[in-house]
Amino acid sequence: MNQNNHPLLVTKIALLLLLWGTGYALSACEVRGTGDLGIVIERASGSIQIIDTTQRISLGRVEGLGDLSHASAVYSRDERYAFIFGRDGGLTKVDLLCQKIEKRIIQGGNSIGGAISQNGKWVAVSNYEPGGVRIFNSNNLELVSDIKATPLSESKRSRTVGLVDAPGDRFVFSLFDSGETWIVEMRDDGSSTTQKFSGVGIQPYDGLITPNGRTYIAGLFGEDGLALLDLWHPENGVRRILDHYGRGEQKLPVYKMPHLEGWASAGERTFLPAVGRHELLVVDSSSWQEVGRIPVHSQPVFAISRPDGRQVWVNFAFPHNDTLQIIDTESLEIIHQKQPGKGVLHMEFTPRGDEVWVSVRDKNRVEIYDTESFELLKTLPMETPSGIFFTNRAGKIGL
Amino acid sequence: MNRRVATAAILLTLSLPLPAIADVGALSSERRAEIGHMVKQDCGSCHGLTLKGGLGPSLDPARLNLYPEGFLEVTIFHGRPGTPMPPWAPILTPNEIRYIATQLLSGTWYEPK
Ligand code: HEC
Repeated sequence: MNQNNHPLLVTKIALLLLLWGTGYALSACEVRGTGDLGIVIERASGSIQIIDTTQRISLGRVEGLGDLSHASAVYSRDERYAFIFGRDGGLTKVDLLCQKIEKRIIQGGNSIGGAISQNGKWVAVSNYEPGGVRIFNSNNLELVSDIKATPLSESKRSRTVGLVDAPGDRFVFSLFDSGETWIVEMRDDGSSTTQKFSGVGIQPYDGLITPNGRTYIAGLFGEDGLALLDLWHPENGVRRILDHYGRGEQKLPVYKMPHLEGWASAGERTFLPAVGRHELLVVDSSSWQEVGRIPVHSQPVFAISRPDGRQVWVNFAFPHNDTLQIIDTESLEIIHQKQPGKGVLHMEFTPRGDEVWVSVRDKNRVEIYDTESFELLKTLPMETPSGIFFTNRAGKIGL
Repeated sequence: MNRRVATAAILLTLSLPLPAIADVGALSSERRAEIGHMVKQDCGSCHGLTLKGGLGPSLDPARLNLYPEGFLEVTIFHGRPGTPMPPWAPILTPNEIRYIATQLLSGTWYEPK
C-alpha cells in the first residue's frame, strides 16, 4: 500500500463509520419481516410514521406526502410497500423497509381512498375531482385505466365513493351524485370492463364489502337504508336493505360522515354505524334483516370488530370525538367506555386482536390498549395522528 | 353546481332568517384559536384540511367573495338541507359563525398549493 494514500483511506473509513453510525444507518434498508409493521398517518404534517407492533415503537418517519386529511392506505401483497391515498390526489408508494418514498404521483385533484386488486397488480383511486376512478400499475404507478363517472353537467362528474376490491380482480364503487354502483373488472393488460347499476339510492356515501368478498353494501346519506349487491349474482341487481330503519324520525345533523370500511362483522351479526343517529345497527349477516339497535354515546364514525369478533370498538363524530365505547357482541351491551381525549379518529387492532392502537389527534399521540383488560400499555408521540393501517391488511379482501 | 341550481340555492338560503348580527370583537383570542383549529380539523373533514375541497366544495376566498353579503353566515348557520353540509347553529354562536365567515372571505385558513 502506498504511504501517500494512507491518510485518505483512514479518512474514508472514518467517514463510512460516521455515516453508518448516524443518518446512513436509518436510511439503509433493513432485513426483517414486515408482518408486524404498520403506518400511522400524521395528517397535518403530511408525513407518516412506520411502526412496529411487537416492540410497540416507531421505526421512523417518512415526509413529503402532501395533504393527508382523510388519507388511507393499502398494502402490496408482500407487505413491503404501502400505497397511501391523500386528499390532494396524491398517490404515494412507500417502502417500509427502506423507509422512503418509492414513487409519488398527483393523479387527481381531490380524492377519497383507494384499493388494491386481488392479484396485487392494480391500485385504484377514487376521485371527487375529476369524478371517477383511476387505476394504476402497482409497480410503477403508471395509469392503465381511467374510468370517468357519470357526467352531471358540462364540467362536472359525479363524485365516487366506497371503492373496494373484490375477488376476480374487480373493483366496486358507488357514485354519490348519480346514485349508482359500478363493478370494474380488470384484464391482465390493464384494460377493464365496467358494469353499471343505477337507481341504488340517494347519495351513497361509502361502501363496504363483506370479509368473504361476496356482498357489497353502500350506505345512503340521502335516505334511510343501504344498497346491497350480491357479487356472486350481480345479475340480480342492487336491492335495498333496512329501508324501514328510522322512518319518520328526525335525523340529527351529521358533523362527520360515518365510515363503513373496516366495519364490524362478528359471527352472524354485522354492526353498522347509523347516519345521523346515536345508534349502531345490528344486522343478521345472512338475511340482512335488522336484529337490533344499540344506543351509543353519540353518532358513530367507525365500528370495528376485534379480529375474533367478540368486541366492537366504536368512535364518534365531532363534537363527541373524545370517547370510545366497547360493545360485547354477544350481549350487545356496552362493556367499557374511555375518554382518551379530543380527536379519537381511528383505531386498528393488531393482527390477532390482543392490542388496539388508537389515534388521539389533539393529544398528538397514539395510545395502545390491551383489549382484555382495557389497560393503557403505551403511548407514542405522533403529530396529529389520524388513520392507522397495519400490514396484515394486505391479505384481507376489501382492506 | 350549474348556474340555475346555484341561483336557487342562494335565493333559498337568503330567505332563511339571518342569525342575529353579533360583535366579532367579543371573541377572546383563545376562542378564536380554538375556532381556527376546529375549522381546519372538523370543517376540514369535509372541505379538506387546507379547505381546498373534499365532499364539500373548496372554500376558495376568490369564489366565496362572489356571493351576496350574509350568504356564508346563513349557510353555516342553517347548513344546506338535502346535502351533507350540516347546520352549525347547535354548536356555534352567531358571533362565532360571523367570525368564521369573515375569515373564510379573507382566506385565513385557505392554503392553496
Ligand atoms: C359533513 C360534511 C361537512 C362538514 C363537516 C362541513 N361542511 Fe360545509 N359543505 C358540505 C357540503 C357537501 C357542501 C356543499 C353543499 C351543496 O352541495 O350545495 C358544503 C358547503 C359549504 C359552504 C358553501 C360553499 C358554496 O360555495 O356554496 C360553506 C361556506 C361551508 N360549507 C362552510 C363550512 C364550515 C365553515 C364548516 C365547519 C364549521 C363546514 N362547512 C363543515 C359539507 C360539510
